[in-house]
Amino acid sequence: MNTRVATGLMLASTIALAACQKKAPEELPPPPTETAPAPAPAPSGPGVGSQQHFIDAVGQQNTVVYFDTDQYNIDAEDQAKLQRQAQYFSQYSQVNFTIEGHADERGTREYNLALGERRANAAKNYLVSVGVPANRIRTISYGKERPVALGSNQAAWAQNRRAATVTIN
Amino acid sequence: MKYVLFAAAALLAASLSAQDQAVQNQDLGQPLPEGGVVETIDEGEGLSGSVSFEGNLDDLGIAIPGFATDRDVSTPANSSGTAALGKELARVITADLRNNGLFKPTGPDSLPQPTFNEITSPNFPTWSNRGAEMLVHGYVRGRTDGKLTVGCYLYDMALRSELVREGWVVPPADWRRAAHKCSDLIYSRLTGESPFFDSRIAYIAETGPKDNRSKRLAIMDSDGANHRFITTGRSTALTPRYSPDYKKLSYLSYVDGNPRIYVYDIGTGRQTLITQSDNPTFAPRWSPDGNWLLYSMAVGGNTDIYRVSARGGESIRLTDTPGIDIGGSYSPDGRQIVFESDRSGAQQCYVMNADGTNQRRISFGGSRCATPEWSPRGDQIAFTNSSTFNISVMTPSGGNVRVLTNGWQDEAPTWAPNGRIIQFFRTERNSGKAALYQVDLTGENLRQLPTPVDASDPAWGPILP
Repeated sequence: MNTRVATGLMLASTIALAACQKKAPEELPPPPTETAPAPAPAPSGPGVGSQQHFIDAVGQQNTVVYFDTDQYNIDAEDQAKLQRQAQYFSQYSQVNFTIEGHADERGTREYNLALGERRANAAKNYLVSVGVPANRIRTISYGKERPVALGSNQAAWAQNRRAATVTIN
Repeated sequence: MKYVLFAAAALLAASLSAQDQAVQNQDLGQPLPEGGVVETIDEGEGLSGSVSFEGNLDDLGIAIPGFATDRDVSTPANSSGTAALGKELARVITADLRNNGLFKPTGPDSLPQPTFNEITSPNFPTWSNRGAEMLVHGYVRGRTDGKLTVGCYLYDMALRSELVREGWVVPPADWRRAAHKCSDLIYSRLTGESPFFDSRIAYIAETGPKDNRSKRLAIMDSDGANHRFITTGRSTALTPRYSPDYKKLSYLSYVDGNPRIYVYDIGTGRQTLITQSDNPTFAPRWSPDGNWLLYSMAVGGNTDIYRVSARGGESIRLTDTPGIDIGGSYSPDGRQIVFESDRSGAQQCYVMNADGTNQRRISFGGSRCATPEWSPRGDQIAFTNSSTFNISVMTPSGGNVRVLTNGWQDEAPTWAPNGRIIQFFRTERNSGKAALYQVDLTGENLRQLPTPVDASDPAWGPILP
């Protein structure tokens, strides 16, 4: 998350720099020319265990399960998603992963941290029940600190009450 | 005691690898200078007559001219010397009393300047036509050792008599504390309440967009002055609490990638984990005597409340029900703890003995009860109504519930040291922007506290030692 800030700042300063360079008097040494990025290696698809590889394999919609307000039960739809994830982790047994538990903004901060942890563990427990070794699964709660939908309405809150599976490279 | 504390910290540090140490300290800024000692001095026998004013304190006019100095000398507290500092002292007191919503103070910028000799015998006719029922006089003297002596006198205009006086010796860096002490003296004498201005607030400073907020641990004086950031913002920091002696802050940090409670030592600028565990820990709370810390820990998704000595050692689990038991706030005598639990199916407030026995639900109003905080006076518990997101208070047995605020989302009450004011944070719908607010126990005098950036998770400490 902080990488994004850094990238944004770098981008902003690059733009600011570019703007300055236009106005710079001619006697100043010329700005260093940007080195062209090295040509990308021949595309061979995302590597096994990368988040993109995981998403490509199971489908983006199957990487996240959603919860009702204050709930943490794994319903039939969640089970289908988690089974798809379990297939992936059974096929690529070298891949470990994190389940990130989240809550919507309509809860107190500390309770939401505990609730996110409970949701992440509910997803983890289901994966373990279908054969994924527990020691390959890390859980973390972000409470209400990392929303994906930014509105303050039921639709946004429904998207934020989630447990998202992320591979560890 | 101090030695034992240090030894325990050293032991903990030794058990961590150098790398762990580096990781857990990488979000910290420069250590802060420690506050000095404020010494109360004998200002002679003050008269203790009764106050002549009978009416609403909101209408009570108080004239606060600049504090006089015997000799205008240079001081690190003010680049223009002690005479200019005297005016600044009066401005801080005027702002304290005005912002509190009580009284109608008039500051030094629209009043004549009394001489040094007039401080102990005011020229009452000078002040009689200014609509003020009360008159504050004070002085500041630079001492040869570099410290400052500040005296504060409160006079009743109608009786032409002194109501109270007090003096303090402060290091120059702590000159504002002398002003807050004077505000406290005036406030206490006129209201009969305990003081609260000479105190500090820890909170979380927020910047950035809603989906990528930077959250930094920050501290400030009760009036927002002396603002300092403790963490750099590289990691998310949440839910700070001052130790009662103001030497430490406990708070949640994601500095090692996981949510964990740390105890930050303000003097050394270093921090240690509250407990050696891979499990996430939340919601730190100090006991009123500073000897114990409560924290909550999730094991396999189930969160319970634990207690650990502030000197380190074994943690004791206080709750063991399925569900989320979290938070906790000691009664002022340290014998009971109010906490929240969803063991009934939704967040409700419960009270238990400090050893975890006799757990009983106290909130039955039909709404959810979260983040309970026991008043320093002991007679009220403030909480977040997490059905409507308003700040409310109730008695320790759950009776006499009163709603104090009505924002879109108000959360996390914290008490002023005297239990008369409640601070909390208010979040705006959609933007997610948050700010600190405070409101009287009566539900009156709601106001926003100015902070350099957005703010949340306030924690008001006790009166400074």
